[in-house]
Amino acid sequence: MNPALRTFLILAALVVAGALIFPSSYYYRVGTLVWINTLAVTGIVVLLGYVGLVSLGHAGFFAIGAYATAILPSYGVPSVLAAILGAAGAGLLAAIVGRPILRLSGYYLAIATLGLGMLIWMVLSKEAWLTGGPDGMTVMGANARDLFKLVGLNLRSAESWYWVTGTFAVLGAVLAVNLGNSPWGRALRAIHDSDVAASSLGIDVAKAKSMAFTISAVYAAVAGALLALANGYITPEVGGFMHSVEMVTMAVLGGAASVFGALVGALILTALPQVLTVFADYEHMILGAVMVLTMILMRRGLVPALVDLAKRRRK
Amino acid sequence: MSELLQFLVSGVTVGAIYAAVALGFTMIYNASGVVNFAQGEFVVIGGLTAAFLIAMGVPVFLAAVLAVVAGTVVGILLYRLAIRPAREAPLVSLIIITIGASIFLRGAMQMVFDKQIHRYDGFSGETPLRFAGATILPQSLWIIFGSFAVFVFLAWFMSRTRAGRGIRATASNRLAAALVGINTRWAMNLSFALSAAVGALAGVLSTPVTFTSYDVGVLIALKGFSATMLGGVGSPQGALVGGLLIGLIESLTAGYISSDYKDAAAFIVILVVLFVRPEGLFGKKLTERV
Repeated sequence: MNPALRTFLILAALVVAGALIFPSSYYYRVGTLVWINTLAVTGIVVLLGYVGLVSLGHAGFFAIGAYATAILPSYGVPSVLAAILGAAGAGLLAAIVGRPILRLSGYYLAIATLGLGMLIWMVLSKEAWLTGGPDGMTVMGANARDLFKLVGLNLRSAESWYWVTGTFAVLGAVLAVNLGNSPWGRALRAIHDSDVAASSLGIDVAKAKSMAFTISAVYAAVAGALLALANGYITPEVGGFMHSVEMVTMAVLGGAASVFGALVGALILTALPQVLTVFADYEHMILGAVMVLTMILMRRGLVPALVDLAKRRRK
Repeated sequence: MSELLQFLVSGVTVGAIYAAVALGFTMIYNASGVVNFAQGEFVVIGGLTAAFLIAMGVPVFLAAVLAVVAGTVVGILLYRLAIRPAREAPLVSLIIITIGASIFLRGAMQMVFDKQIHRYDGFSGETPLRFAGATILPQSLWIIFGSFAVFVFLAWFMSRTRAGRGIRATASNRLAAALVGINTRWAMNLSFALSAAVGALAGVLSTPVTFTSYDVGVLIALKGFSATMLGGVGSPQGALVGGLLIGLIESLTAGYISSDYKDAAAFIVILVVLFVRPEGLFGKKLTERV
C-alpha cells in the first residue's frame, strides 16, 4: 500500500477510535493536546529524523503561531487569517535565520535556536502591553463548534476541537510522509547520512536544510495556533525552553525517523503527566533521563525498536 | 564618565564568569569534539553546593573546595554514564544526550536543593571599594583574578604537563595517542573533570554577585556559547577574550539600552558572528572532518 495512504488510514482510525471510547470532555481535551503535540512533533521529525538536525528553540515558533492567533484578532484580523499569518511569519523567520547557520555544522543550529527561542520567550514575557506578560492572555474568536453547526452537527466544544486538531494531525502526517518519499525527501535523507556525499551528488545541502527547518517551523506554528484556539488562553511558557525540550524528547522517544514515532512520543509524554500526578515534580528528571537513555539504549526510538522486536519474534 | 566606568567594571566581572564557562566548553570540545550543553549546570552545582554548605555553617573556603569537588564528580559521572556509553554516536545524538543530561541535572538540583534563589556573602566582605568615581565589590576582584588564574593554569597544564599533553594528543588523534601509550580513556575523564571543576569554581566565585538558582544553567551555557563563538571555537585565548567582550556588551546593553533585554545581547552576538565571521575572532577557518 502507498505509505501516505497507510499513514492516513492508521491515523484517521486512531482519531475515530479515540472519539468512540472517550467517556468525558476531559478525555477529549487530553486527546486534543495529543493531536496538537503530534502535529508539532511531526515538524521535528522532518528536521531531526529526515535531516538529522536538532532545534532547541521550536517552542519559539510554536509561540509565534499561538500569539499571532491571540493578538491579531483584536486588531480586526479574523482568527483563521491570524493563524495563517502566524505560520507564515514563523516560516519566514526560520528561513532568514536558518540560511547562514545551516551552512555550518549541526551544533550551530542547536545553539542558535536555543538563543532564538529564549529571545522570543523574553519578548513575550516582557512586552506586557501586547502579550499580557507572564500572566498570559485570553484568545478571542473562532470556536470549532460553529464549524460543525454549519453542517448541522451540535457538538460540545471539547469534542469539536478534538476533531479539528485530529484532522490537522492526520493531514500533517500525510504531508510529511509524502515529503519524505519525494525526491526532495530522499535528498534530505542523503544529507542525514553525509553532507559531503550528498553535495557531491549535486544536492544543494544548505538550501535543502534551510527548507526542512522552515517547514518544521511552520508545523510548530500551526500547532501553536491550534493550541491557542482550543485552549482559549496562552502564557509565554508555550514558548519556553522546557517546551522546546519537551518536543524534542517526544520525537526522540517515539523515534524521530517516522510520523508514527511522533504520535507515540506525543501520546506517552502528554498522557503521562495526566496519569502520574507526581510527574510535575520530577518533570525535568524524567525528560532528561528519557533523552539520555533513549540515545544510549535505542537510538532510533521506541517505534523502530518495537518493529524490530516484532520482526524477530515472527522469525 | 563614572557611569561608563561602572558599566565597564560590572561588564568585566560577569565577562570573567562567561570566560570561565567558555574555557570549560573549549576544554571538552578540544578533547572530545563534544559540545557540552550541560556546562552551565556545573556552574549552578558549584554555586548551590557552596550556598547550602555555607548556610549549614561550613567555613567558606572549605565549602568552596567541597563545591568544586562536587562539580568535578558530576562532570566525571556525566562522561562515564552518558557520553562514553554513546561513543561513536552521531553528532545529533551527542547534542541530545548533553541537553538531556543538563535537564536531568536541573531536575536533580531542584530535588537535592530547592527552587529558591541563593547567595552568600563575598569572601572578602561586602564593602565596595571606590576608585575614580566607580565602585567595585571585593568579590568582583575574586571573580576576575580567579578566571584569569584558571586561564593561566589551564594554559600551563595543557602545554607543560604530561597529563595535559596526553589530552591534546588524544584530541588530535585518539588512535595514534593510544598507540604511543597514552591512556586515552583517562585523558577523556580528566578533561571532563577539569572542565567541570572550572565551571563549578566559576559558580562558587560568582554566586555572591550574580546569585544562583537551579534553573539558570541553560542561560549561563548560552552566554558561554556566545563567548566561545565570538572568540573562535576551540581557542582558549578566544574563550577568554570572547567572555570578557560578551560581559561588556551585556552590561552596556543593560546600562544604555534596556535592562530587560540584556540577556538578548548574547544571542544577537551569536547571530552576528554566524552571519559575518563564523570562525570567530581567533578561530581557524571551520572545517569538518569527514
